[in-house]
Amino acid sequence: MTSLFREVTPGTAEEIPVREITVTVNGQRRSAVVEPRLVLAHLLRQGFKLTGTHTGCDTSNCGACTVLVDGRPVKSCTMFAVQADGHEVMTVEGLAGPSELHPLQEGFKEEHGLQCGFCTPGMMMASKALLDENPSPTEDEIRWALSGNLCRCTGYQNIVKAVMWAAGKLDGETAEVQA
Amino acid sequence: MMKLRFASPEMLVDINEIPDLDYHRVDDDGTIRVGAVCRHADLERSSLLDTRQPTMAAAAPLVADPIVRMRGTLVGSVCHADPQGDWASVMTALDASIIAQGPNGRRSIAVRDFVLGPFQNALAFDEIAVEAVVPTPRGMPAGGYLKLERRVGDYATVGVAVAIDRVGSQVGRAGIALTAVGPATIAADAAAQKLTGRPLTADNIGEAAELAAEAAQPKSDHRGSADFKRQMVRVFTSRILTGLLRSEEEAA
Amino acid sequence: MTAVDEIKIGGMGASRRRVEDNRFIRGKGNYVDDIVLPGMLHMEILRSPLAHARIRSIDASKAWAMPGVRLVLTGETMAARNLAWMPTLSYDTQAVLATDKVRFQGQEVACVIADDPYIAKDACEAIVVDYEPLPVIVNPTQSMADGAPLIRDDKENQPNNVIYDWEVGDKEGTDSAFAQADLVSKIDLHYPRSHPSPIECCGSIADFNRATSKLTVYLTTQAPHIIRAAVALVAELPEQMIRIISPDIGGGFGNKVPVYPGYVASILASILLERPVKWIEDRTGNLISTGFARDIYLHGELALRKDGRILGVRMNTTADHGAFFSDAQPSKFKIGLMHSAFSCYDIPNAHLLARGVYTNKAPGGVAYRCSFRVTEAMFFQERMVQAAADDLGMDQAEFRRINFVRDDDFPHRTPWGFLTDSGQYGKCLDVGLEAVGYQDFLMEKEEAAKRGRLLGIGISTMTEPLGAGNSREYDILGIKMFDSAELKIHMTGKALLRTGAKSQGQGHETTWAQIVAHELGIPAEDVLVEEGDTDTAPFGMGTYASRSTPVAGAAVAMVSRKIRSKARKIAAHLLEISEEDVEWELGRFYVRSQPDRGVTIQECAVAAYSNMPDGMEPGLENVAYYDPPNLTWPFACYIVKVEVDPATGVWDVLRMVAVDDCGVRINPMIVEGQIMGGLTEAYAMANMQFITFDAEGNCIGSNFTDYLLPTAWETPGFELHEVVTPCPHHPIGAKGIGECAAVGGPAAFVNAVMDAVKGSGVRNIDMPVLPDRVYEALQTGQDISGAPPVKM
Repeated sequence: MTSLFREVTPGTAEEIPVREITVTVNGQRRSAVVEPRLVLAHLLRQGFKLTGTHTGCDTSNCGACTVLVDGRPVKSCTMFAVQADGHEVMTVEGLAGPSELHPLQEGFKEEHGLQCGFCTPGMMMASKALLDENPSPTEDEIRWALSGNLCRCTGYQNIVKAVMWAAGKLDGETAEVQA
Repeated sequence: MMKLRFASPEMLVDINEIPDLDYHRVDDDGTIRVGAVCRHADLERSSLLDTRQPTMAAAAPLVADPIVRMRGTLVGSVCHADPQGDWASVMTALDASIIAQGPNGRRSIAVRDFVLGPFQNALAFDEIAVEAVVPTPRGMPAGGYLKLERRVGDYATVGVAVAIDRVGSQVGRAGIALTAVGPATIAADAAAQKLTGRPLTADNIGEAAELAAEAAQPKSDHRGSADFKRQMVRVFTSRILTGLLRSEEEAA
Repeated sequence: MTAVDEIKIGGMGASRRRVEDNRFIRGKGNYVDDIVLPGMLHMEILRSPLAHARIRSIDASKAWAMPGVRLVLTGETMAARNLAWMPTLSYDTQAVLATDKVRFQGQEVACVIADDPYIAKDACEAIVVDYEPLPVIVNPTQSMADGAPLIRDDKENQPNNVIYDWEVGDKEGTDSAFAQADLVSKIDLHYPRSHPSPIECCGSIADFNRATSKLTVYLTTQAPHIIRAAVALVAELPEQMIRIISPDIGGGFGNKVPVYPGYVASILASILLERPVKWIEDRTGNLISTGFARDIYLHGELALRKDGRILGVRMNTTADHGAFFSDAQPSKFKIGLMHSAFSCYDIPNAHLLARGVYTNKAPGGVAYRCSFRVTEAMFFQERMVQAAADDLGMDQAEFRRINFVRDDDFPHRTPWGFLTDSGQYGKCLDVGLEAVGYQDFLMEKEEAAKRGRLLGIGISTMTEPLGAGNSREYDILGIKMFDSAELKIHMTGKALLRTGAKSQGQGHETTWAQIVAHELGIPAEDVLVEEGDTDTAPFGMGTYASRSTPVAGAAVAMVSRKIRSKARKIAAHLLEISEEDVEWELGRFYVRSQPDRGVTIQECAVAAYSNMPDGMEPGLENVAYYDPPNLTWPFACYIVKVEVDPATGVWDVLRMVAVDDCGVRINPMIVEGQIMGGLTEAYAMANMQFITFDAEGNCIGSNFTDYLLPTAWETPGFELHEVVTPCPHHPIGAKGIGECAAVGGPAAFVNAVMDAVKGSGVRNIDMPVLPDRVYEALQTGQDISGAPPVKM
């Protein structure tokens, strides 16, 4: 249907200017043939049908497209798909385990950390990166870490609470494992 | 730039995958080296910079926003040569250089010669910038970076980088550079000169702040009038230096 | 048996966690851009780089020749089908694609439909348009000047750039009040142009099926039924063959009320190509061409008595509507509800003059988180009130208190003819002053001033008319502003509820079920709520102007009562008693004389399908259309403490206290979420968020690097308090809340900064109160105007 990307089985030759790439997305190896100018967000959304990653601006400001690349939060509209070749990408669809939600997902629901839901995937991915690095952040640390993600609905106060909630739950889980 | 279609290059080379360019380190002699793929976020989290290069430590968390800092690089920012870019000022204040590498080998270009104008740098078409080098301090490094932005991720309305090397109670070397108040980064050399070779005092801080304001060439726009921007240069220069003076007095 | 516990079943007052979150937190929302249809093509729009220019020619031959390009639409193509112009919501016309002239920067000139969006964008760049530049107008002064270029030369009987002059109130009475005044307080203000900017931009997917003649359009719209009617009229298609689906909406705030050229073009493209056509706007397109907000100038005057009483008010407003008058507002009111200003104050005389003008700026005057210009009205009101208190040398809180409408004076007729329903204004103010520590702060401020620090406190108190509207006064293009709900109780006692509203984040799927739970005792989790599909939802006017709870929410209560009324008959039949002997408690009917003998609502539902009384229609379904008797009148008091840095003009919020009285709260958690969101937008407007223009008409604020939205870092923390005065005419006592904080908040922030700097003699700094404006005001002691063009 489109020349920008087409999922193929690895090894298929394609004419220039497309390139074949292999990306591990949410733990699954996936290959695609893409134009070099295709941005990662569009590969995820239109190519891999992972529409949880949203795009909300043209200038790398809004952060709705935030995903983790090799564990680091990245605005996926500001990275070409070819740059993800050989790397690991995690999107919002990869947050939940097979049977249960990630504590951040629970926290956002529990603390009313979302309204229209459009910025939420990016917020949660940025929050995950924060908690991976700093498991018990202060309010200021959360506000700072999320300052590359815009939300128009909530006023952020409940997003901060949601991340706190998740940190508390993750802390409890760690304690359980240690006990 | 490409997304807004201001630039549509026919060929683009991604240097992210070049191995071993993601370092930043301090040599034995105190020289700081930042590789081309070292991210802003790495500098922000660096345990080295707080003591070894406080001006850089102050600037790192103020560049763009926390997610953009994960991908963006210091060397890339200097190459971009945006007059509103933070790192070009910091590097200018530190008398830093960019190492360019091409088929004919490596060459070092002082940052103040490297930035030619808005979005123009001195790289030849077959060269890439591989490293930024901050020279050995001539004393104990101190300094700061202040930026007026209305929200995280905003371009600087005004930014001021101040870097001094202290030798005893004297200022051994001083560098002051200004962000977003001219067609390119501005080196406020006369202001820096005022501080060199003598102790910091309220008087010479005031004079330096005044000279820095004079060096600015701001234009009025929706971020503020030229007069206002000049005033911000004055205030920020003075505030950084006064902060240094105060911490000096507290230490004594 | 006893009644069910209302909180346990998620009824009124329960902070029930939201149903819609289950999909959003998993990344499984279904927004327009997530939808992919087989064979779908993509549309991009070529926009004008100039603000005012004659189009000499358009050469699209290179675009047509590009591989993957399926169709290029220009004004000429549209004109051939009588679609080059479309009617607006305010009885004007708007160009779909420009034919003669472009009248603002960003105006739609051509569309390319291609196999993918990248190709479509490439092809847009290949279109060559030859423009002849014309003089540009970016503010009303230029617009009304002698010899100003005529922007709307397409219209007959349009000799100049004035759109309307409108007047309301008693001029003579007001003149005599001013003649008797001890003091007249005057102020000139500009509420700058702003943009709602939901994080999801606008977009559409038009899918015309030639075989069935059915047109399905997936649309980012807050009002799907209105759009259906508009499409039927504009595209001349039979209305039953049009289906508008508004899926998940990534925020609206008014931006998604109007009909945009992109929607119309994608529909025509789908009809011509017989394939689905998707158009997703980019952020620049969103900011420079769709539904801006505000951009109104005020000269305001208050006639004051020495003791602080306000004797009269004059407001003279000039609205900059851009190139086409396409405001979303009730047909009767040319400047929306501007005349709802001063409704919380007891003022005997008032007069309002309003003028609207064309300029070379984007059209659309949408009510950004606002009921038809109420935001401007309340901002002007509260800035005028503070200036008046200062002019009198009176405490700003006390000045408000003595002019408030008293609690025992409801319903109260406002000076411009509204009827406010209820409120406890003094109490709200007291709660706010107490919470913020008002008296202590005044002393702290004085102490700080001695050390050169500038502290300030700002208050904003207001009541606003929410819930458009009663059909006597409110219509849009003649359609009365009622709303609807349809409730189907299934045999097993579970329910399906549909309304004519459309949530964009307000949580209707959660709260509507709570109203059903409150009325019928059916657990909220047993009620599925659906909205946004015109083939299934009952006709409604959509969600904006904080009208969902006041109107659609009332319809939900009313349809539930209709269901209960039928269920009562079934209960009487099951209990084998006469209907008069049946009593109701939540979830259950019982025999009055034997309370332990009863049937649950669920048992009635089974009987409605299996054991109804003789002669009764089977089933337990109904629909209600609710035409509110009046608007609802929530009240709010917002108080902000700031510190201004005199050297830089930067100000920081030290504290922000909000007291909201929105009547009965259905879901307190959601209500508080709405308030915090509104306060953030208030802060944004006061601090950074504005769209301005240079003298050439270039839009400054065309992307998020120039149009600044606050992040989590700058946004202050908010302290929320509540007062509850139930709405006397709403079935469940609720009032609107979605907009209060965004409406009342901005003045609190600006008043706080003005309070801090007033020692310098400055009386006004236009929003946003940018550091450079504060600095200049402190240096010069002069008021600062924010009117475009921006000084370069």
